[in-house]
Amino acid sequence: MADRIADPWGARTPYPQGDDWPVRVDENTRGKVEKWVQSACVLCSHGCALDIGVRDGRIVGVRGRGIDRVNHGRLGPKGLYGWQANNSGDRLLHPLVRRGGELREASWDEAMELVVERSRELLATKGSGALGFYTTGQLFLEDYYTLALVARGGIGTNHLDGNTRLCTATSGQSLKETFGCDGQPNGVHDIEYCDTILHVGINTAETQTVLWMHELDRLRGPDPPRSIVIDPRETESAREAQVHLAIKPGTNLAVLNGLAQQLIENDRIDRTFVDEHTIGFDQLEKIVSCYTPGRVADICGVSAGDVRRAAEIIGEAEHLLTFVLQGVYQSQQATASACAASNLNLLRGMIGKPGAGILQMNGQPTAQNTRETGCNGDLPGFRNWQNEAHVAELARLWNVEPLQIPHWGPPTHAMEIFRYAEQGSIEFLWVIGTNPAVSMPELHRIRSILSREGLFLVVSDAFQSETVRIADVVLPVALWGEKTGTFTNTDRTVHLSEQAVEPPGEARPDLEIFLDYARRLDLRDKDGQPLVPWSTPEECFEAWKECTRRRPCDYTGLSYDKLRGGSGIQWPCNDKAPEGTERLYADLTFPNFAEVCEDYGHDLSTGASYSEAEFKASNPQGRAILKAADWKPPHEWAREEYPFVLTTGRSVYHFHTRTKTGRAPELQGAAPDAWVELSAKDAERLGISEGDVLRVSSPRGSVELPARVKGFREGVVFVPFHYGYWDVGDEAGPDGRPRAANELTMTIWDPVSKQPQLKTAAVKVEKA
Amino acid sequence: MKIGSLLAHVRELETQFAGELRAAAERHRDDHDVYHQSHTFAVTADKRIEKLEPLARRYGGQAEWKTAIGEGSDELLEDLRALYLRAEENAITWVMLCQAAKAARDQELLTLATECQAETEMQGKWFTTRIKTGAPQALVVA
Repeated sequence: MADRIADPWGARTPYPQGDDWPVRVDENTRGKVEKWVQSACVLCSHGCALDIGVRDGRIVGVRGRGIDRVNHGRLGPKGLYGWQANNSGDRLLHPLVRRGGELREASWDEAMELVVERSRELLATKGSGALGFYTTGQLFLEDYYTLALVARGGIGTNHLDGNTRLCTATSGQSLKETFGCDGQPNGVHDIEYCDTILHVGINTAETQTVLWMHELDRLRGPDPPRSIVIDPRETESAREAQVHLAIKPGTNLAVLNGLAQQLIENDRIDRTFVDEHTIGFDQLEKIVSCYTPGRVADICGVSAGDVRRAAEIIGEAEHLLTFVLQGVYQSQQATASACAASNLNLLRGMIGKPGAGILQMNGQPTAQNTRETGCNGDLPGFRNWQNEAHVAELARLWNVEPLQIPHWGPPTHAMEIFRYAEQGSIEFLWVIGTNPAVSMPELHRIRSILSREGLFLVVSDAFQSETVRIADVVLPVALWGEKTGTFTNTDRTVHLSEQAVEPPGEARPDLEIFLDYARRLDLRDKDGQPLVPWSTPEECFEAWKECTRRRPCDYTGLSYDKLRGGSGIQWPCNDKAPEGTERLYADLTFPNFAEVCEDYGHDLSTGASYSEAEFKASNPQGRAILKAADWKPPHEWAREEYPFVLTTGRSVYHFHTRTKTGRAPELQGAAPDAWVELSAKDAERLGISEGDVLRVSSPRGSVELPARVKGFREGVVFVPFHYGYWDVGDEAGPDGRPRAANELTMTIWDPVSKQPQLKTAAVKVEKA
Repeated sequence: MKIGSLLAHVRELETQFAGELRAAAERHRDDHDVYHQSHTFAVTADKRIEKLEPLARRYGGQAEWKTAIGEGSDELLEDLRALYLRAEENAITWVMLCQAAKAARDQELLTLATECQAETEMQGKWFTTRIKTGAPQALVVA
């Protein structure tokens, strides 16, 4: 196999517009494979289909599935090497409970009884609001749906959210604001048909490597699409672009408003489409009218000519495809900016057609399921908490009273769950498959909340993470490949992932743990029957299908059997679309009807929520809503004492807090430690050379990291967010030589999607 | 003609609102959304004051109205309720000014009052949203 650390994207297979992307099967195995087991990759949101190679009951490699619609056989470096984490010698093999201040091995009975006892006690004394669940974007659909039923229908707490709040909340929220409901409008195949690609805050080359191969093969083909990149950093994707708008961090909305202003001024909009299929144009026109290229240049620090040029390219596009990711979602005015990106396609009437549309991307492999099943601050099946009929339908499915399901407000978002834990009103927090002690903003605060006296912290994980270290009870879980279930990628493709090997030691699948918890708590429906009627993943999937019937995410046409053997299939999949649906909204009717929509929407500036009456009064009747807002400077802007803006992000070799990628030797070897990037001019001014150790400080903390001098914006520094402390000694811990980017970030979130803002913080930089 | 007096009053109200927002922000620093949103709203109140200044000068007159809203509180819900009422009081005062502007055929005042009414009303709506979200935990669990 080629060295895919040195060349993350592998050999080119160019193709012209309208052709199928050629198949290229990537494989990485160690020795002979006895059997191949169908699955898909869980190391980014792309969900590349693969087969897991097994020998002697161990995973020995992976091979891309050439038959699959998503990746046509390809795998990225994380997929090719990351599977080795399953075999890592430091897996958690037994439950742990804290005794005398130390985590000690315990039996499942002991650990679960402790969890159940504490739950019962709190339910009796304080009620369901004292219990919170903080989950992830990396379980399987069946795990999530079971958890949603247990937490919302059984315990009846409103406090269930995912770390997807940090990754994909804005994607879902912006789709709700614009179209009335979550659901990726387009699919990855649209790369094959587009003639123009707009990338907003997405570093495709590093974060979505296989998507980048798909795109790069068009770029190397005979009729490459034109490309625009909006990103403060000079990324690989930016180097391929016709126009790179290297904006100041925190100014997405200004540049996007500027592009809309130019489209309108130069009459590059599809009037008929706008009149027939959207509402809100007049308001949008009024708001964006003052974002002239000159003003945008001032705010964003780019040239007015580049803004004009980018608008021209978008204006000339016949098949415009827009990608949005964390550079928008984790930045200033996240939802307003994501909506502003979608607005460009709507103004041009480019949606629902091959090569023309929007991908509000996801970060994690199963984040889509977190959102669908009600584990990311929504109700299952994209139901609207303000719609009594939706809640009643869910109550019927679960056979509980509607009032049992909390729907007095939006489900509590993660940052508020942590606030309640800080104040002591939440006394039980179950963290599942995520590592908030490294991934959340302002880490000194998060660490102090998690280790707070009086907070009973349960953590389900496969490894000794930084969060596991401060838990009261630790439950060892089975990883991907060690359990069966389904998950859905960023373009609605559902894959089946079969169990290939047994979990190590006493580790158990999350689904089994939740079933055990429900059984021990004796959760029952209103007729006294066990609340969770299923006991296997497949039974759960069948129940989930009923939950999605007639909802936009309709799974009723799918089954485990149908997903076996061939390609993954995109929802909605039902009687009308038995082979799935390539792109939504081909009929240009959007779910913006009061009885259908998942949300009645918000004011994008303040986050004030609209009522059913207000939604009805705006009368969208299936039209898309053009929502606009004025740009506002970030709450924390570079200033005298902290003259740099910090932005954070991913590296091609790692995922999250490296719980898996840090245990794959090639990936770990490629990027063993964090660094701080700064511009050559800033480096020269401060007398900094490549490799010098720098101290980067914000009002909240500091990190000490080696410098990388890169060509990008002056006044901006970048630190990758993957690095915590599990693989370094105490001297390199938070009190020694801190290195986690989130030591610096601030506790602030988007007022609409409630996604924390991790892309802008004021810092100072000095030699350590 | 009482427009001048009402404009002087709304200037007082907006000044009070800005001050109350900043004080509430400091009292609830650890409720980060309240902290940041209150500061943001305070800046918009400052801007409304700045924009109404020329009109207040043009009309002249003294504030003769009384405010209906009480003091701030360390209890988050109580503070949010007071700020909601303040936003509503300001919004309805701007409504009065809209109506007066129409009768006085003062387009400049009408434009300003319409904009300020929409802005303060939306800020009130935000306080409603925030109270709805926070009340169950604060009143039932904490």
